Amino acid sequence: MGKNKSVLLSVPYILWMVAFTLIPLCVVGYYALTDPDTGAFTLDNIRDLGMYLPVLGQSVMYSLISAALCLLLGYPVAYYIAHRTPVMQKILYMLVMLPMCMSFLLRTLAWVGLLQDTGIINNFLEWIGIGRIQLIRTPGAVVLGMVYNYLPYMILPLYATLVKIDNRLIEAAEDLGCNSLQTFGKVVLPLSVPGIFSGITMVFVPAVSTFYISQKLGGTDTVLIGDLIERLFKQGDNPNLGAVLSLVLMALVLICTGIMNRLGGDEEGGVIL
Amino acid sequence: MSKELIRLRDLTMEFDGERILDGINLYINDHEFLTLLGPSGCGKTTTLRIIGGFLTPTAGTVIFDGECINEVPPYKRQINTVFQRYALFPHLNVFDNIAFGLRVAKKPKEEIEQRVNHMLEVVSLKGYGHRNVSSLSGGQQQRVAIARALVNEPKVLLLDEPLGALDLRLRKDMQNELKRIQQATGITFVYVTHDQEEALSMSDTVVVMDKGRIQQIGKPEDIYNEPKNAFVADFIGESNILDGIMLADYKVKFFGRTFTCVDAGFEPNEPVDVVIRPEDIDIVDPKEGHLVGTVTGITFKGLNYDIIVEFKGFKWLIQTTDFHPVGAEIGIRLNPEDIHIMQKSEYSGMFGDYSSYSAEYDELTEDAGDGEE
Repeated sequence: MGKNKSVLLSVPYILWMVAFTLIPLCVVGYYALTDPDTGAFTLDNIRDLGMYLPVLGQSVMYSLISAALCLLLGYPVAYYIAHRTPVMQKILYMLVMLPMCMSFLLRTLAWVGLLQDTGIINNFLEWIGIGRIQLIRTPGAVVLGMVYNYLPYMILPLYATLVKIDNRLIEAAEDLGCNSLQTFGKVVLPLSVPGIFSGITMVFVPAVSTFYISQKLGGTDTVLIGDLIERLFKQGDNPNLGAVLSLVLMALVLICTGIMNRLGGDEEGGVIL
Repeated sequence: MSKELIRLRDLTMEFDGERILDGINLYINDHEFLTLLGPSGCGKTTTLRIIGGFLTPTAGTVIFDGECINEVPPYKRQINTVFQRYALFPHLNVFDNIAFGLRVAKKPKEEIEQRVNHMLEVVSLKGYGHRNVSSLSGGQQQRVAIARALVNEPKVLLLDEPLGALDLRLRKDMQNELKRIQQATGITFVYVTHDQEEALSMSDTVVVMDKGRIQQIGKPEDIYNEPKNAFVADFIGESNILDGIMLADYKVKFFGRTFTCVDAGFEPNEPVDVVIRPEDIDIVDPKEGHLVGTVTGITFKGLNYDIIVEFKGFKWLIQTTDFHPVGAEIGIRLNPEDIHIMQKSEYSGMFGDYSSYSAEYDELTEDAGDGEE
């Protein structure tokens, strides 16, 4: 009786998932395995994939670099917040969250305004006599956009892990002869590993599939897999190839989260996607 | 007597203007087992944390082996701590937890192996080296924590209520174990507990603390037999504490009767607190008694009965192996050595009255009891 009821409760969600996730996924799968012109079954799309491997590699590289930079920038911040008074922690936590309250598109466009050739930074550089330099449409600008947008996703899980480390473990390490650097290396860092992996996943997954950041801040040589998929679908070039790339991207994300979850231990650190 | 190792001089500690420690003066000898005993909030853990280096005193000095170590950080002190609830490293197994200090000290690999394995034997955990610490029972975790501290061969081991989380049976075993380890290694133990029985059975010296001050320092027997004030008398064991007047040396008057006692050195007619331990009281026939009272309550305790006896409106706790029903009239006799005299203190009148034991009697409970919780 009770069991039947709980099944009933989950029916709306199951219907939703079937209608808007499972069926579209099947459609994507269908497109991936059919010819764009004839609609007949074919593996040509998968064969053509090879051409786009460099783009895929570039996407992964940019995302990993961004995740690494986020970790380097975010860890000290998370550590700092975790060691404030409870009231201060709440305030700082809110400040980290604050940019996320603003539209992602708007924030990226703001960087365009800052970085473009006639933008604020270049105008300033000209004014102080250095002269204009190429800022926008560079790989650096794309990475900057990613780091800027996804940094909170790194800080929050790191903070959540660090704040839970029992202070007596730190005292125990000091008691056993560790100076503060050794205490960090031997106790704090290993215990924050779940947070690190969680943070990397939270940054990597949206970064690897983004297209907006690279379109607005990148140049012709910084095309990412997200851009490619968008172009293949929207400009009507080849939705079938786009479908294959989508599936590849999905597999990539699943594999990455799988690895990260395994490495980060299956405790809380686990990512909510 | 072995030489002095640690001295605390006029130690004062304040948190947010609240005085936690108020002028602690104490010395700890080498090879000694010293216990800081007191109720929660008495400052015993704070004192321990100051010795460990985790807190810097607001005023006063900590002297270790003749040198002031106020400014020396914990990792440079020849002191190790067994923390309350163990604080084992969850990311390391048993062996690596114990080896932690030796690895930090960059000892050679073979030496680490040999010393850790030896320690595992000392704490009866041979073969547990590769176990995950979270898979161990409370008692086993406790022993890992002790091994992790002892393996570094510190001059002093600080133990902060190390047995607090264990059940009674395990506590007793671990008490014996700790005492054995202390005697075998000769390391100075500074032990914090609120359990008076634990303190009395393990220590060479007991320091009774309350409200940030030391109430009494002494050997367990002295603390029990010659408590300095009503707080100590009440905290260590059970005590009936009465108002008395010291008429002259060896003569004390209470309940309108003069008794012979073994104490001297008070002013003539000085008001004093009189302590009578429940187990020292002899029950006799009412006709032969110094005092005659009525039994108002009885509780079976296993080894003995705790009976509450009313004498002229004041209730005493008496421990006896004989059964006396409620309502029975009994007499008691007090030998001179059963009567302990204490000077009046700020604690006078706060302890040592057993009226609250009885449900139907509440006239005296007003001033009794408040100080107890």
